[in-house]
Amino acid sequence: MQRPFYFKICLVVVLFFGGSVLAKEDSHPVEESKGSLKEEIKEFIGHHLLDSHDFTLYTIDEEKNEHVGFPLPVILWDNGLKIFSSSKFHHGASVANVDGNYYALYHGKIVKTDAEGTINYDNHHHATNEKPLDFSITKNVVFILLVAILMFFMFTRMAKSYKNNPLPKGIGRLLEPVVLYIRDDIAIPNIGKKHYKRYMSYLLTVFFFIWIINLLGLTPLGVNVTNNIAVTLALALLTYLITTFTANKNYWKHIFWMPDVPVFMKVVLAPIELLGTIIKPFSLMIRLYANITAGHVVLMSILGMMFIFKNWIGSPLSFGLAFALSLLELLVAALQAYIFTMLSALYFGSAVEEHHDH
Amino acid sequence: MDKLIEQFSFGLFFWQLFLFIGLLLLLRKFAWKPILNAVEDRESGIQDALQAAENAKKEMQNLQADNDKLLKEARAEREAMLKEAREIKDKMISDSKEQAKVEADKMIQQAQAVIEGEKKAAVADIKNQVANLSVEIAEKVIKEQLSNKDQQLKLVDDMLGDIKLN
Repeated sequence: MQRPFYFKICLVVVLFFGGSVLAKEDSHPVEESKGSLKEEIKEFIGHHLLDSHDFTLYTIDEEKNEHVGFPLPVILWDNGLKIFSSSKFHHGASVANVDGNYYALYHGKIVKTDAEGTINYDNHHHATNEKPLDFSITKNVVFILLVAILMFFMFTRMAKSYKNNPLPKGIGRLLEPVVLYIRDDIAIPNIGKKHYKRYMSYLLTVFFFIWIINLLGLTPLGVNVTNNIAVTLALALLTYLITTFTANKNYWKHIFWMPDVPVFMKVVLAPIELLGTIIKPFSLMIRLYANITAGHVVLMSILGMMFIFKNWIGSPLSFGLAFALSLLELLVAALQAYIFTMLSALYFGSAVEEHHDH
Repeated sequence: MDKLIEQFSFGLFFWQLFLFIGLLLLLRKFAWKPILNAVEDRESGIQDALQAAENAKKEMQNLQADNDKLLKEARAEREAMLKEAREIKDKMISDSKEQAKVEADKMIQQAQAVIEGEKKAAVADIKNQVANLSVEIAEKVIKEQLSNKDQQLKLVDDMLGDIKLN
């Protein structure tokens, strides 16, 4: 049973990666200097970590600007709503002309420019061009939407399976232990039996959202959403808002007027505690962002080493390393979801904690 | 940090917030509430069932104890009844024996009395018959003897002699 399965995986890996490695070797002459290759890998990693206005599956030829994928809608707010297809940018090669305004892609960002696509720089080599408000459906937004739809169908299906039978069927059987784990080992111990129900929806959604989207980031599609600070900020902000708006009197009392300490200490502690309420979600944001980014950078660097070594020892070694690291990243994907959920539950718990004697 | 702020995409932030809150609200209504309620119902159902089973077990034990008690009582009662019956039987037997004896005695006595009476009657009858016979015999004898004079006289003499003796 197991051998054909592994055999299939190996076959797929050989067919796909073998083919792409060969293609790479063909397109890059051997005499190319190692320095530029390193630069190229570095640039590729940097590009991989960024959001994109196109859904590019892979690039056929960088020089000829040939990519396999499809364009996505660009939505701009620049003195009125402007909607056009990202194919107008030709992957950053040309300037898009929309209603007499010119837009160009600069490091993955849309900037306003003139007909020639001039980019003005300041002393620190930063573009000073005006940046319109960008609400584009980018690659990451597409993936967020896909995960949302996937989750909606997964969990409504699970909910349906409870209707006729107290025991879930199909996907519910797989997911129920996870749901119960979040309830019994994250929510109830941290928030308490009295209040945990109010927060269950958020905890479950955030856990599955981060987990699934992290896992999808490890697929060959390579869309990593949670390494965007904007995404983690949105999630951390929700945790912060929920904590703040559901907090009881006891929570605020412990922030502004810490009981059972001298008056002087109360005054000193208040700003520290107040700052702490912001630092807590801030740490959530940075933790998720940094872990996923670091994982992807290391994984891709090791993959890149394959092309630098190009010999019988180095390449299998880096392949093995990348394989091991991928397994670790699978763990990290779940672990980060768990940590985010766990800490959110902890903060909610402190917000609704009943007064007790010290 | 500089690069981080540079790369920050407000659009992505907006979409993430918007889509996530949408997902959260939809899932809360259509998934989490039904799922958690179903799981809770199931758990309370299991709890109730376990409690019921425990209660039933206790009741069963009580019932068993009651049964044992009843059985013991019944056995004791049976023993007592048997004993009583045996006593009654013994008493009845002895009573009837006594009664029978009394009755038999009485019957024997009656029989004896009857026998006595019969005997007496028979004896009296025999006496009468003997007397009649005697008288007849005596008549015949006397008639024969009185046929001659001498003998009549002799008889008178004898008789007189007897009377004297008497």
